[in-house]
Amino acid sequence: MSVLLIAEHNNKELRPFTLNAVTAASQIDSDVHAIVIGQNCDSAAKALSELPLVKKVIHVEAAYYENFVAENFAPVIIKLANNYSHIVCSANTFGKNLMPRIAAALDTSQISDIIKVISSDTFLRPIYAGNAFATVKSKDVKKCITIRPTSFDPCESSGGSALIEKAEPGQEFGHTKFIKREEIKSDRPELGTARVVISGGRGMQSGDNFKLITSIADKLNAAIGASRAAVDAGYISNDHQVGQTGKVVVPDLYIAVGISGAIQHLAGMKESKIIVAINKDGEAPIFSVADYGLEADLFEALPQFLEELNKLNTIQK
Amino acid sequence: MKILVAVKRVIDYNVQVRVKEDNTGVVTDNVKMSTNPPDDNAIEEAVKIKEAGKANEVVAVSIGEDKAQETVRKALAVGADRGILVKVDGTIEPLAVSKILQKIVEKEKPDLVFMGKQAIDDDCNQTGQMLSALLNWPQATFASKIEIKDKKLEVTREIDEGLETIEINIPAIVTCDLRLNEPRYASLPNIMKAKKKPIEQINASDLGVDTSPRIEQIKVEEPPKRKAGIKVSSVSELVQKLKNEAKVI
Repeated sequence: MSVLLIAEHNNKELRPFTLNAVTAASQIDSDVHAIVIGQNCDSAAKALSELPLVKKVIHVEAAYYENFVAENFAPVIIKLANNYSHIVCSANTFGKNLMPRIAAALDTSQISDIIKVISSDTFLRPIYAGNAFATVKSKDVKKCITIRPTSFDPCESSGGSALIEKAEPGQEFGHTKFIKREEIKSDRPELGTARVVISGGRGMQSGDNFKLITSIADKLNAAIGASRAAVDAGYISNDHQVGQTGKVVVPDLYIAVGISGAIQHLAGMKESKIIVAINKDGEAPIFSVADYGLEADLFEALPQFLEELNKLNTIQK
Repeated sequence: MKILVAVKRVIDYNVQVRVKEDNTGVVTDNVKMSTNPPDDNAIEEAVKIKEAGKANEVVAVSIGEDKAQETVRKALAVGADRGILVKVDGTIEPLAVSKILQKIVEKEKPDLVFMGKQAIDDDCNQTGQMLSALLNWPQATFASKIEIKDKKLEVTREIDEGLETIEINIPAIVTCDLRLNEPRYASLPNIMKAKKKPIEQINASDLGVDTSPRIEQIKVEEPPKRKAGIKVSSVSELVQKLKNEAKVI
Protein backbone atom coordinates (compact mmCIF):
# COMPACT_ATOMS: atom_id res chain seq x y z
CA MET A 1 0.00 0.00 0.00
CA SER A 2 1.00 3.62 -0.35
CA VAL A 3 2.29 6.27 2.00
CA LEU A 4 0.37 9.51 2.55
CA LEU A 5 2.62 12.47 3.29
CA ILE A 6 1.04 15.55 4.84
CA ALA A 7 2.68 18.62 3.33
CA GLU A 8 3.47 21.62 5.46
CA HIS A 9 3.19 24.93 3.63
CA ASN A 10 2.12 28.56 4.04
CA ASN A 11 -0.57 28.45 1.30
CA LYS A 12 2.00 29.74 -1.19
CA GLU A 13 5.13 27.70 -0.78
CA LEU A 14 6.04 24.38 0.76
CA ARG A 15 7.81 24.72 4.08
CA PRO A 16 11.39 23.47 3.54
CA PHE A 17 11.06 20.45 5.84
CA THR A 18 8.31 19.00 3.65
CA LEU A 19 11.15 17.93 1.33
CA ASN A 20 12.87 16.05 4.18
CA ALA A 21 9.58 14.37 5.10
CA VAL A 22 9.11 13.24 1.48
CA THR A 23 12.54 11.59 1.61
CA ALA A 24 11.58 9.73 4.79
CA ALA A 25 8.21 8.70 3.31
CA SER A 26 9.91 7.35 0.17
CA GLN A 27 12.16 5.16 2.34
CA ILE A 28 9.05 3.50 3.78
CA ASP A 29 7.39 2.87 0.42
CA SER A 30 8.14 4.22 -3.03
CA ASP A 31 4.48 4.97 -3.74
CA VAL A 32 4.33 8.35 -2.00
CA HIS A 33 1.15 10.42 -2.28
CA ALA A 34 1.23 13.90 -0.79
CA ILE A 35 -1.71 15.90 0.49
CA VAL A 36 -1.86 19.66 0.63
CA ILE A 37 -4.70 21.19 2.65
CA GLY A 38 -5.13 24.94 2.69
CA GLN A 39 -6.75 27.96 1.15
CA ASN A 40 -5.68 29.27 -2.26
CA CYS A 41 -2.72 26.94 -2.08
CA ASP A 42 -2.49 26.05 -5.81
CA SER A 43 1.16 27.06 -5.94
CA ALA A 44 2.02 24.82 -3.00
CA ALA A 45 0.19 21.91 -4.70
CA LYS A 46 2.11 22.58 -7.89
CA ALA A 47 5.45 22.67 -6.05
CA LEU A 48 4.55 19.34 -4.45
CA SER A 49 3.71 17.81 -7.84
CA GLU A 50 7.19 18.74 -9.07
CA LEU A 51 8.96 16.63 -6.45
CA PRO A 52 10.12 13.55 -8.39
CA LEU A 53 9.51 11.24 -5.42
CA VAL A 54 5.83 12.23 -5.18
CA LYS A 55 3.57 10.02 -7.33
CA LYS A 56 0.27 11.81 -6.73
CA VAL A 57 -0.86 15.05 -5.09
CA ILE A 58 -4.18 15.41 -3.30
CA HIS A 59 -5.28 19.02 -3.05
CA VAL A 60 -8.00 20.08 -0.61
CA GLU A 61 -9.26 23.65 -0.34
CA ALA A 62 -11.54 25.49 2.05
CA ALA A 63 -11.50 28.90 3.74
CA TYR A 64 -11.24 27.25 7.16
CA TYR A 65 -7.98 25.56 6.19
CA GLU A 66 -6.18 28.87 5.85
CA ASN A 67 -4.60 28.70 9.30
CA PHE A 68 -3.82 24.97 9.61
CA VAL A 69 -6.11 24.25 12.58
CA ALA A 70 -5.54 20.57 13.44
CA GLU A 71 -9.20 20.02 14.36
CA ASN A 72 -10.13 20.93 10.77
CA PHE A 73 -7.28 19.06 9.10
CA ALA A 74 -7.63 15.71 10.87
CA PRO A 75 -11.03 14.65 9.41
CA VAL A 76 -9.74 15.10 5.83
CA ILE A 77 -6.81 12.75 6.43
CA ILE A 78 -8.92 10.25 8.40
CA LYS A 79 -11.36 10.01 5.49
CA LEU A 80 -8.54 9.16 3.08
CA ALA A 81 -6.68 6.87 5.49
CA ASN A 82 -8.25 3.66 4.14
CA ASN A 83 -6.12 3.91 1.02
CA TYR A 84 -2.83 4.11 2.88
CA SER A 85 -0.59 1.91 5.01
CA HIS A 86 1.34 4.85 6.50
CA ILE A 87 0.61 8.49 7.23
CA VAL A 88 3.74 10.61 7.57
CA CYS A 89 4.47 14.19 8.59
CA SER A 90 7.35 16.26 9.98
CA ALA A 91 7.77 16.32 13.75
CA ASN A 92 7.72 20.09 14.01
CA THR A 93 4.97 22.03 15.79
CA PHE A 94 2.61 21.57 12.82
CA GLY A 95 2.99 17.78 12.72
CA LYS A 96 3.20 17.34 16.49
CA ASN A 97 -0.10 19.16 16.85
CA LEU A 98 -1.86 17.30 14.05
CA MET A 99 -0.66 13.68 13.81
CA PRO A 100 -1.80 12.35 17.22
CA ARG A 101 -5.30 13.63 16.49
CA ILE A 102 -5.32 11.47 13.36
CA ALA A 103 -3.67 8.47 15.05
CA ALA A 104 -6.15 8.35 17.93
CA ALA A 105 -9.10 8.53 15.56
CA LEU A 106 -7.62 5.60 13.61
CA ASP A 107 -6.85 3.72 16.86
CA THR A 108 -3.17 3.64 15.98
CA SER A 109 -0.25 3.99 18.36
CA GLN A 110 1.79 6.75 16.77
CA ILE A 111 5.58 6.59 16.43
CA SER A 112 6.97 10.10 16.96
CA ASP A 113 10.11 11.79 15.73
CA ILE A 114 11.86 8.95 13.91
CA ILE A 115 15.46 9.49 12.83
CA LYS A 116 15.81 6.39 10.65
CA VAL A 117 13.60 4.03 8.65
CA ILE A 118 14.79 0.47 9.27
CA SER A 119 11.91 -1.23 7.46
CA SER A 120 8.28 -0.41 6.70
CA ASP A 121 7.29 -1.22 10.31
CA THR A 122 10.53 -0.66 12.24
CA PHE A 123 12.08 2.68 13.06
CA LEU A 124 14.80 4.31 15.14
CA ARG A 125 13.84 7.17 17.43
CA PRO A 126 15.56 9.12 20.19
CA ILE A 127 14.14 8.98 23.72
CA TYR A 128 15.18 10.77 26.92
CA ALA A 129 16.29 13.88 25.02
CA GLY A 130 18.50 11.81 22.75
CA ASN A 131 20.34 10.07 25.60
CA ALA A 132 19.11 6.75 24.23
CA PHE A 133 18.01 5.50 20.82
CA ALA A 134 15.09 3.05 20.70
CA THR A 135 14.43 0.64 17.84
CA VAL A 136 10.67 0.20 17.73
CA LYS A 137 8.36 -1.95 15.65
CA SER A 138 4.73 -1.02 15.06
CA LYS A 139 2.19 -3.82 15.33
CA ASP A 140 -0.67 -1.61 14.10
CA VAL A 141 -2.12 -2.23 10.65
CA LYS A 142 -1.97 1.46 9.84
CA LYS A 143 1.04 3.44 10.94
CA CYS A 144 1.14 7.10 11.88
CA ILE A 145 4.67 8.43 11.90
CA THR A 146 6.31 11.79 12.46
CA ILE A 147 9.86 12.23 11.27
CA ARG A 148 12.69 14.36 12.61
CA PRO A 149 13.36 16.52 9.54
CA THR A 150 17.05 17.18 10.21
CA SER A 151 17.73 13.43 10.16
CA PHE A 152 16.66 13.09 6.52
CA ASP A 153 18.05 14.93 3.49
CA PRO A 154 15.67 17.11 1.49
CA CYS A 155 14.42 15.40 -1.69
CA GLU A 156 14.90 16.73 -5.22
CA SER A 157 12.57 19.67 -5.70
CA SER A 158 12.15 19.72 -9.47
CA GLY A 159 11.65 17.46 -12.47
CA GLY A 160 8.53 15.65 -11.32
CA SER A 161 5.05 16.02 -12.74
CA ALA A 162 2.67 14.15 -10.46
CA LEU A 163 -1.04 14.29 -11.10
CA ILE A 164 -2.86 16.80 -8.86
CA GLU A 165 -6.22 15.45 -7.76
CA LYS A 166 -8.77 17.65 -5.99
CA ALA A 167 -10.52 16.12 -2.99
CA GLU A 168 -13.60 17.25 -1.06
CA PRO A 169 -13.03 19.25 2.10
CA GLY A 170 -14.11 17.83 5.44
CA GLN A 171 -16.52 19.50 7.84
CA GLU A 172 -15.41 22.57 9.76
CA PHE A 173 -14.82 21.82 13.45
CA GLY A 174 -16.30 25.06 14.77
CA HIS A 175 -15.02 25.06 18.37
CA THR A 176 -11.55 26.36 17.54
CA LYS A 177 -11.01 29.82 16.09
CA PHE A 178 -7.72 31.12 14.81
CA ILE A 179 -7.01 34.66 16.06
CA LYS A 180 -3.49 35.62 14.99
CA ARG A 181 0.01 34.47 14.26
CA GLU A 182 3.04 36.53 15.23
CA GLU A 183 5.82 35.37 12.97
CA ILE A 184 9.18 36.89 13.49
CA LYS A 185 10.36 37.88 10.04
CA SER A 186 14.06 37.75 9.46
CA ASP A 187 16.46 37.97 6.54
CA ARG A 188 18.61 35.35 8.17
CA PRO A 189 18.60 31.68 7.23
CA GLU A 190 16.04 29.56 9.09
CA LEU A 191 17.33 28.02 12.29
CA GLY A 192 16.42 24.49 11.19
CA THR A 193 18.22 24.64 7.85
CA ALA A 194 21.09 27.11 8.40
CA ARG A 195 24.64 25.99 7.61
CA VAL A 196 25.95 27.94 10.60
CA VAL A 197 24.15 28.54 13.91
CA ILE A 198 25.40 30.74 16.73
CA SER A 199 23.52 30.47 20.01
CA GLY A 200 23.59 32.41 23.24
CA GLY A 201 22.75 31.24 26.73
CA ARG A 202 22.25 32.67 30.16
CA GLY A 203 25.88 33.85 30.05
CA MET A 204 24.77 36.62 27.66
CA GLN A 205 23.28 38.34 30.73
CA SER A 206 20.82 40.49 28.76
CA GLY A 207 18.85 40.68 25.54
CA ASP A 208 20.87 43.73 24.57
CA ASN A 209 24.09 41.72 24.70
CA PHE A 210 22.74 39.43 21.98
CA LYS A 211 23.89 42.11 19.54
CA LEU A 212 27.39 40.64 20.00
CA ILE A 213 25.97 37.42 18.58
CA THR A 214 23.98 39.21 15.88
CA SER A 215 27.05 40.89 14.43
CA ILE A 216 28.87 37.55 14.14
CA ALA A 217 25.75 35.92 12.67
CA ASP A 218 25.68 38.70 10.04
CA LYS A 219 29.29 38.00 9.19
CA LEU A 220 28.83 34.20 8.90
CA ASN A 221 25.32 34.32 7.41
CA ALA A 222 24.28 32.27 10.43
CA ALA A 223 20.95 31.67 12.14
CA ILE A 224 20.66 32.73 15.78
CA GLY A 225 19.79 30.17 18.44
CA ALA A 226 19.40 30.29 22.19
CA SER A 227 19.27 28.02 25.19
CA ARG A 228 16.06 27.61 27.12
CA ALA A 229 17.62 29.63 29.96
CA ALA A 230 18.13 32.61 27.64
CA VAL A 231 14.55 32.37 26.32
CA ASP A 232 13.09 31.97 29.83
CA ALA A 233 15.06 35.02 30.97
CA GLY A 234 13.44 37.00 28.15
CA TYR A 235 16.68 37.76 26.28
CA ILE A 236 15.25 36.44 23.00
CA SER A 237 11.97 35.04 21.62
CA ASN A 238 10.93 31.38 21.87
CA ASP A 239 11.32 30.63 18.15
CA HIS A 240 15.11 30.71 18.69
CA GLN A 241 15.17 27.94 21.29
CA VAL A 242 17.36 24.94 20.51
CA GLY A 243 16.84 21.79 22.57
CA GLN A 244 14.60 18.94 23.60
CA THR A 245 11.48 21.07 23.61
CA GLY A 246 12.71 23.63 21.10
CA LYS A 247 14.26 23.03 17.71
CA VAL A 248 16.73 20.36 16.70
CA VAL A 249 19.50 21.73 14.51
CA VAL A 250 22.26 19.95 12.59
CA PRO A 251 24.39 22.70 11.03
CA ASP A 252 27.94 22.33 9.72
CA LEU A 253 29.04 24.74 12.46
CA TYR A 254 27.33 25.33 15.81
CA ILE A 255 28.78 27.99 18.08
CA ALA A 256 27.52 27.87 21.69
CA VAL A 257 28.24 31.06 23.59
CA GLY A 258 27.67 31.33 27.33
CA ILE A 259 25.72 28.05 27.28
CA SER A 260 26.54 25.57 30.03
CA GLY A 261 25.20 22.58 28.08
CA ALA A 262 22.19 21.21 29.97
CA ILE A 263 21.04 17.78 28.75
CA GLN A 264 17.98 19.33 27.18
CA HIS A 265 20.05 21.82 25.16
CA LEU A 266 22.52 19.15 23.98
CA ALA A 267 19.52 17.18 22.69
CA GLY A 268 18.94 19.90 20.13
CA MET A 269 22.45 20.41 18.78
CA LYS A 270 24.84 17.57 19.50
CA GLU A 271 24.52 16.07 16.01
CA SER A 272 26.01 19.26 14.50
CA LYS A 273 29.11 18.56 12.41
CA ILE A 274 31.46 20.97 14.21
CA ILE A 275 30.67 22.36 17.65
CA VAL A 276 32.43 25.35 19.17
CA ALA A 277 31.91 26.28 22.82
CA ILE A 278 32.87 29.62 24.31
CA ASN A 279 32.39 29.66 28.07
CA LYS A 280 34.31 31.05 31.00
CA ASP A 281 33.56 27.97 33.12
CA GLY A 282 36.07 25.36 32.01
CA GLU A 283 34.02 22.61 33.70
CA ALA A 284 30.81 23.39 31.77
CA PRO A 285 29.33 20.20 30.22
CA ILE A 286 29.14 21.90 26.81
CA PHE A 287 32.90 21.30 26.48
CA SER A 288 32.33 17.54 26.52
CA VAL A 289 30.60 17.73 23.12
CA ALA A 290 32.65 20.59 21.64
CA ASP A 291 35.22 19.99 18.90
CA TYR A 292 36.82 23.30 19.80
CA GLY A 293 36.43 24.75 23.27
CA LEU A 294 37.52 28.22 24.25
CA GLU A 295 37.57 28.95 27.94
CA ALA A 296 37.13 32.72 27.95
CA ASP A 297 34.93 35.61 28.94
CA LEU A 298 32.47 35.91 26.07
CA PHE A 299 32.41 39.71 26.37
CA GLU A 300 36.08 39.74 25.42
CA ALA A 301 36.02 36.75 23.07
CA LEU A 302 33.10 37.77 20.85
CA PRO A 303 34.48 41.17 19.79
CA GLN A 304 37.83 39.47 19.08
CA PHE A 305 36.05 36.74 17.14
CA LEU A 306 34.34 39.36 14.98
CA GLU A 307 37.63 41.13 14.43
CA GLU A 308 39.34 37.90 13.36
CA LEU A 309 36.49 37.10 11.00
CA ASN A 310 36.80 40.55 9.48
CA LYS A 311 40.44 39.81 8.82
CA LEU A 312 39.58 36.72 6.80
CA ASN A 313 38.87 37.71 3.25
CA THR A 314 36.95 34.65 2.18
CA ILE A 315 33.71 34.35 4.06
CA GLN A 316 31.29 31.88 2.60
CA LYS A 317 27.81 33.13 2.06
CA MET B 1 -15.52 25.18 36.69
CA LYS B 2 -13.56 22.01 37.23
CA ILE B 3 -10.06 21.35 35.91
CA LEU B 4 -8.53 17.90 35.55
CA VAL B 5 -4.74 17.85 35.36
CA ALA B 6 -2.81 14.82 34.17
CA VAL B 7 0.66 14.33 35.69
CA LYS B 8 3.32 11.75 34.83
CA ARG B 9 6.11 10.33 36.96
CA VAL B 10 9.39 10.35 35.03
CA ILE B 11 13.13 10.17 35.66
CA ASP B 12 14.15 13.54 37.09
CA TYR B 13 15.32 15.96 34.40
CA ASN B 14 18.70 16.43 36.10
CA VAL B 15 19.57 12.72 36.03
CA GLN B 16 22.01 11.55 33.38
CA VAL B 17 20.03 8.70 31.84
CA ARG B 18 21.91 5.45 31.29
CA VAL B 19 21.04 2.61 28.94
CA LYS B 20 20.81 -0.88 30.48
CA GLU B 21 23.55 -3.27 29.53
CA ASP B 22 21.10 -5.77 28.08
CA ASN B 23 19.62 -3.05 25.83
CA THR B 24 16.08 -3.56 27.11
CA GLY B 25 15.61 0.00 28.30
CA VAL B 26 17.15 2.61 30.56
CA VAL B 27 18.23 2.21 34.18
CA THR B 28 15.43 3.22 36.55
CA ASP B 29 16.48 1.40 39.75
CA ASN B 30 17.64 3.80 42.46
CA VAL B 31 17.17 6.74 40.12
CA LYS B 32 15.49 9.94 41.29
CA MET B 33 11.97 10.30 39.90
CA SER B 34 9.97 13.54 39.63
CA THR B 35 6.92 15.02 38.01
CA ASN B 36 7.36 15.54 34.27
CA PRO B 37 8.43 19.25 34.15
CA PRO B 38 5.68 20.69 31.89
CA ASP B 39 3.09 18.81 33.99
CA ASP B 40 4.22 21.03 36.88
CA ASN B 41 3.30 24.02 34.72
CA ALA B 42 -0.11 22.43 34.05
CA ILE B 43 -0.83 22.02 37.77
CA GLU B 44 0.42 25.52 38.53
CA GLU B 45 -1.87 27.05 35.89
CA ALA B 46 -4.91 25.16 37.16
CA VAL B 47 -4.20 26.21 40.75
CA LYS B 48 -3.72 29.84 39.67
CA ILE B 49 -7.07 29.78 37.86
CA LYS B 50 -8.70 28.43 41.01
CA GLU B 51 -6.99 31.07 43.17
CA ALA B 52 -8.33 33.74 40.78
CA GLY B 53 -11.83 32.45 41.57
CA LYS B 54 -12.44 31.11 38.07
CA ALA B 55 -12.43 27.42 38.98
CA ASN B 56 -13.74 25.65 42.04
CA GLU B 57 -11.97 22.31 41.85
CA VAL B 58 -8.63 21.00 40.60
CA VAL B 59 -8.27 17.23 40.31
CA ALA B 60 -4.86 15.65 39.63
CA VAL B 61 -4.69 12.28 37.87
CA SER B 62 -1.72 10.06 37.24
CA ILE B 63 -1.50 6.75 35.43
CA GLY B 64 1.20 4.27 36.36
CA GLU B 65 2.54 1.99 39.02
CA ASP B 66 1.82 2.42 42.75
CA LYS B 67 4.67 4.87 43.16
CA ALA B 68 2.96 7.33 40.83
CA GLN B 69 0.97 8.15 43.96
CA GLU B 70 3.93 10.34 44.98
CA THR B 71 3.41 12.40 41.82
CA VAL B 72 -0.28 12.85 42.62
CA ARG B 73 0.64 13.75 46.21
CA LYS B 74 3.02 16.43 44.97
CA ALA B 75 0.22 17.95 42.87
CA LEU B 76 -1.97 17.98 46.00
CA ALA B 77 0.83 19.72 47.91
CA VAL B 78 0.89 22.62 45.44
CA GLY B 79 -2.85 23.12 45.47
CA ALA B 80 -4.84 20.38 43.73
CA ASP B 81 -7.92 19.45 45.78
CA ARG B 82 -7.96 15.70 45.28
CA GLY B 83 -6.23 13.01 43.33
CA ILE B 84 -6.85 9.94 41.20
CA LEU B 85 -4.32 7.18 40.61
CA VAL B 86 -5.03 4.79 37.78
CA LYS B 87 -2.87 1.76 38.44
CA VAL B 88 -1.21 -0.06 35.60
CA ASP B 89 2.05 -2.00 35.48
CA GLY B 90 4.68 -1.79 32.80
CA THR B 91 4.98 0.63 29.92
CA ILE B 92 1.85 2.20 28.65
CA GLU B 93 1.65 4.04 25.34
CA PRO B 94 0.10 7.49 24.87
CA LEU B 95 -2.86 5.99 22.99
CA ALA B 96 -3.77 3.81 26.00
CA VAL B 97 -3.14 6.72 28.39
CA SER B 98 -5.52 8.90 26.41
CA LYS B 99 -8.18 6.14 26.44
CA ILE B 100 -7.87 5.90 30.23
CA LEU B 101 -8.07 9.68 30.53
CA GLN B 102 -11.18 9.62 28.34
CA LYS B 103 -12.83 7.28 30.89
CA ILE B 104 -11.79 9.58 33.74
CA VAL B 105 -13.18 12.59 31.87
CA GLU B 106 -16.48 10.80 31.32
CA LYS B 107 -16.66 10.10 35.05
CA GLU B 108 -15.40 13.43 36.39
CA LYS B 109 -16.90 15.70 33.72
CA PRO B 110 -14.25 18.44 33.93
CA ASP B 111 -14.55 21.64 31.89
CA LEU B 112 -10.85 21.70 31.12
CA VAL B 113 -8.09 19.11 30.98
CA PHE B 114 -4.51 20.35 31.34
CA MET B 115 -1.27 18.42 30.97
CA GLY B 116 2.33 19.00 29.89
CA LYS B 117 2.98 19.23 26.16
CA GLN B 118 5.41 16.32 26.19
CA ALA B 119 6.86 13.83 28.64
CA ILE B 120 10.63 14.01 28.91
CA ASP B 121 11.04 10.22 29.05
CA ASP B 122 9.51 8.92 25.80
CA ASP B 123 9.38 12.40 24.17
CA CYS B 124 6.21 11.34 22.33
CA ASN B 125 4.17 14.56 22.48
CA GLN B 126 0.86 12.78 21.77
CA THR B 127 -1.41 12.33 24.78
CA GLY B 128 -3.22 15.69 24.87
CA GLN B 129 -3.93 15.69 21.16
CA MET B 130 -5.11 12.05 21.28
CA LEU B 131 -7.44 12.77 24.18
CA SER B 132 -8.92 15.74 22.29
CA ALA B 133 -9.52 13.47 19.30
CA LEU B 134 -11.23 10.80 21.40
CA LEU B 135 -13.46 13.38 23.11
CA ASN B 136 -13.87 15.48 19.95
CA TRP B 137 -12.89 18.54 22.00
CA PRO B 138 -10.79 21.48 20.82
CA GLN B 139 -7.09 21.35 21.61
CA ALA B 140 -4.61 24.10 22.42
CA THR B 141 -1.15 22.59 22.38
CA PHE B 142 2.15 24.16 23.51
CA ALA B 143 0.36 26.88 25.50
CA SER B 144 2.45 29.75 26.85
CA LYS B 145 -0.51 31.96 27.90
CA ILE B 146 -4.09 31.13 28.85
CA GLU B 147 -6.90 33.63 29.36
CA ILE B 148 -10.36 32.56 30.41
CA LYS B 149 -13.13 34.49 28.69
CA ASP B 150 -16.58 33.33 29.74
CA LYS B 151 -17.07 29.89 28.12
CA LYS B 152 -14.00 30.29 25.97
CA LEU B 153 -10.24 30.22 26.38
CA GLU B 154 -7.82 32.42 24.52
CA VAL B 155 -4.55 30.55 24.28
CA THR B 156 -1.17 31.69 22.97
CA ARG B 157 0.76 28.76 21.51
CA GLU B 158 4.47 28.43 20.92
CA ILE B 159 4.98 27.37 17.30
CA ASP B 160 8.13 27.01 15.20
CA GLU B 161 7.57 30.36 13.50
CA GLY B 162 6.85 32.31 16.70
CA LEU B 163 3.53 32.60 18.50
CA GLU B 164 -0.04 31.79 17.53
CA THR B 165 -3.23 32.79 19.33
CA ILE B 166 -6.41 30.73 19.12
CA GLU B 167 -9.77 30.84 20.83
CA ILE B 168 -11.34 27.55 21.87
CA ASN B 169 -14.71 26.71 23.34
CA ILE B 170 -14.92 24.95 26.71
CA PRO B 171 -14.72 21.98 27.28
CA ALA B 172 -11.19 21.80 25.95
CA ILE B 173 -7.75 20.28 26.30
CA VAL B 174 -4.68 22.42 26.87
CA THR B 175 -1.10 21.10 26.74
CA CYS B 176 1.30 23.36 28.58
CA ASP B 177 4.68 24.72 27.60
CA LEU B 178 7.45 25.46 30.06
CA ARG B 179 7.03 29.21 29.73
CA LEU B 180 3.36 29.22 30.75
CA ASN B 181 4.22 30.06 34.36
CA GLU B 182 6.74 29.52 37.13
CA PRO B 183 5.68 26.44 39.13
CA ARG B 184 5.71 27.04 42.89
CA TYR B 185 7.42 24.87 45.45
CA ALA B 186 5.28 23.05 47.99
CA SER B 187 5.61 24.51 51.49
CA LEU B 188 6.05 22.13 54.41
CA PRO B 189 2.60 22.90 55.89
CA ASN B 190 1.04 22.27 52.47
CA ILE B 191 2.94 18.98 52.12
CA MET B 192 1.49 17.96 55.50
CA LYS B 193 -2.01 19.05 54.46
CA ALA B 194 -1.69 17.15 51.19
CA LYS B 195 -1.31 13.91 53.15
CA LYS B 196 -4.91 14.29 54.25
CA LYS B 197 -6.30 14.99 50.80
CA PRO B 198 -8.02 11.99 49.20
CA ILE B 199 -6.50 9.94 46.38
CA GLU B 200 -8.92 7.58 44.68
CA GLN B 201 -7.26 4.43 43.36
CA ILE B 202 -8.60 2.74 40.24
CA ASN B 203 -7.25 -0.28 38.38
CA ALA B 204 -6.84 0.39 34.69
CA SER B 205 -8.26 -3.06 33.98
CA ASP B 206 -11.54 -2.03 35.67
CA LEU B 207 -11.98 0.79 33.17
CA GLY B 208 -12.28 -1.62 30.25
CA VAL B 209 -9.34 -0.15 28.38
CA ASP B 210 -6.95 -2.40 26.52
CA THR B 211 -3.49 -1.15 27.54
CA SER B 212 -1.43 -3.81 25.79
CA PRO B 213 1.40 -2.27 23.76
CA ARG B 214 1.01 -1.82 20.03
CA ILE B 215 4.65 -0.94 19.63
CA GLU B 216 7.33 -3.49 20.28
CA GLN B 217 10.54 -2.04 21.69
CA ILE B 218 13.19 -4.13 20.03
CA LYS B 219 16.23 -2.55 21.67
CA VAL B 220 17.49 0.56 23.38
CA GLU B 221 21.04 1.67 22.71
CA GLU B 222 23.48 4.40 23.65
CA PRO B 223 23.59 7.07 20.97
CA PRO B 224 26.90 7.30 19.09
CA LYS B 225 29.42 9.17 21.22
CA ARG B 226 31.04 12.34 19.97
CA LYS B 227 34.82 12.27 19.83
CA ALA B 228 36.33 14.48 22.51
CA GLY B 229 37.54 17.74 21.03
CA ILE B 230 40.32 20.07 22.01
CA LYS B 231 40.61 23.30 23.96
CA VAL B 232 42.02 26.24 22.08
CA SER B 233 43.93 28.96 23.90
CA SER B 234 42.85 32.02 21.96
CA VAL B 235 40.25 33.40 19.60
CA SER B 236 42.78 33.62 16.77
CA GLU B 237 43.68 29.94 17.22
CA LEU B 238 39.96 29.12 17.14
CA VAL B 239 39.42 31.01 13.90
CA GLN B 240 42.48 29.40 12.31
CA LYS B 241 41.24 25.92 13.27
CA LEU B 242 37.76 26.61 11.93
CA LYS B 243 39.19 27.88 8.68
CA ASN B 244 42.09 25.52 8.04
CA GLU B 245 41.27 22.33 9.94
CA ALA B 246 37.47 22.08 10.08
CA LYS B 247 37.05 24.21 6.96
CA VAL B 248 33.66 25.49 8.06
CA ILE B 249 34.28 29.23 7.69
